[in-house]
Amino acid sequence: MAAETAVRGSGADQLAGLDALELAGTGGPGLLSRVWGRVWPMLTAVGLVLVAWQLVVLSGRWPEYVLAGPITTFQELWARLGTAEFYQALATTMRRAVTGFALAVLIGLIVGAAVSRVRILRAAFGSLITGLQTMPSIAWFPFAILLFGLTESAIQFVVILGAAPSVANGLIAGVDYTPPLLLRAGKVLGLGRLQMYRHVILPASLPSFLAGLKQGWAFAWRSLMAGELMVIIAYQASLGEQLHIARELSDSPGLIGTMIVILVIGVVIDLLFESADTALRRRWGLRQPQ
Amino acid sequence: MTDLLTTQPAVRLADVSKVYGHGPRGLLALDRVSLSVAPGEFVCLLGASGCGKSTLLSLVAGLDRPTGGQITAPGARIAMMFQEPALFPWLTVSANVEMAMRVKGVGRQERRARAAELLETVRLGGFGRKRPHELSGGMRQRVALARALAQDADVLLMDEPFGALDAMTRDLLHDELERIWRERGLAVLFVTHNVREAVRLGDRVVLLSSRPGRVVEEFPVELARPRRTDSAEVATLAARITDRLREEVARHGR
Repeated sequence: MAAETAVRGSGADQLAGLDALELAGTGGPGLLSRVWGRVWPMLTAVGLVLVAWQLVVLSGRWPEYVLAGPITTFQELWARLGTAEFYQALATTMRRAVTGFALAVLIGLIVGAAVSRVRILRAAFGSLITGLQTMPSIAWFPFAILLFGLTESAIQFVVILGAAPSVANGLIAGVDYTPPLLLRAGKVLGLGRLQMYRHVILPASLPSFLAGLKQGWAFAWRSLMAGELMVIIAYQASLGEQLHIARELSDSPGLIGTMIVILVIGVVIDLLFESADTALRRRWGLRQPQ
Repeated sequence: MTDLLTTQPAVRLADVSKVYGHGPRGLLALDRVSLSVAPGEFVCLLGASGCGKSTLLSLVAGLDRPTGGQITAPGARIAMMFQEPALFPWLTVSANVEMAMRVKGVGRQERRARAAELLETVRLGGFGRKRPHELSGGMRQRVALARALAQDADVLLMDEPFGALDAMTRDLLHDELERIWRERGLAVLFVTHNVREAVRLGDRVVLLSSRPGRVVEEFPVELARPRRTDSAEVATLAARITDRLREEVARHGR
């Protein structure tokens, strides 16, 4: 007991002291400087691309009516942003994208859950799903048009086929990579089969599932653009249809302007997925130090 | 000590064997191990690599089935801690501790309160809203202890829980574990390959042989508590056990 009293401070104090030492040194740069830190490289990149574009136009390799310069293009784009037609086209495209992607997520979830749980389904369909993923979506269109005609359904069919395999694969990979230790911990804590799914396997597969969603969206967006170029439905303006018409009319500023709109939408949605991913990583402590 | 003999053990293993694989190529991991732990007793299982200590805990925890023999834990609720904290990274510290209560359908309010209490017990009061990755290794292991305690178990299985910690943290956690064990009257089955740790903590040290795992010898530890890992008495007994352990390991070199 003499040794006990020789040390000042109880065990609790010593433990608290160690804890405090271990946790020292957190905190990072503020929000504003973080946002600026991300924005300025992007702005610089955009600026460089615009300069390069203008230089190509100035080189005179293509006449101005084939390759419009940035200034003409942005004037045209600005004018379009003021028309109702543009917003109708945008609305049609986005409606198709959102419903197609939502259906793909639903189907991907059901297929992914079934395949990851049932061994025989996995043996049968596991590699088929991956195979589907590598199939270029545009190769589906002749078949889709044969089945559904030049309709909305043909487009949706291909969008779903493009996106669902990625979503399913993301979920399957997530379930597969659930750390066995967490499963053991769950079992020791008294979790039943369903509770294990709800409380351990699904949350553990979230990062992989999110990656699958992101990839699925990219496939859906590509398939949709291909579809809108191939399946032109009368009286239904869409972004893809505008591309098509601009090419027919040799309307270079209109063509490039529409492409910019498509690119921007892609980037914005990718940013949404990325911020979801960053939030997840922060919560899990997986974020790379910057 | 006579008391321990008359009362029913918290856990009893009778001739427990475990074979991995089948037929002549099967690996005998545990060979007719018999062992009992009395309620409130602290038993340390000690052995070199391949003695099947972790296998034994998995069997008691019900994570795996024995090939032969019987494991009885009459009416005992069993909790387990691993070498890694094995916390769920998507949950807060408090939600991790609450998990066992949550699946049993305990109401949210009560869960919160109990978790806060348990975190206080492992000296982590006020850390409930943190995420596991924000804590140090020793703190995470204490959260894991609180999560195990939340099961209201009578038997706590510990699989080298302090193996990955630095010496100073480990010493402090020994003191904490001893205090919690006494306060709650838990029966503890503690696996380690660290002889001094076994002597520091155990009422009894059970030495296992390797490949296959068999009980070689039991050493009662009758030193007064609290003990210090660096005290002469602990060192003397640890040296005796170490010699026996080395003999056992040397058999495999011949």
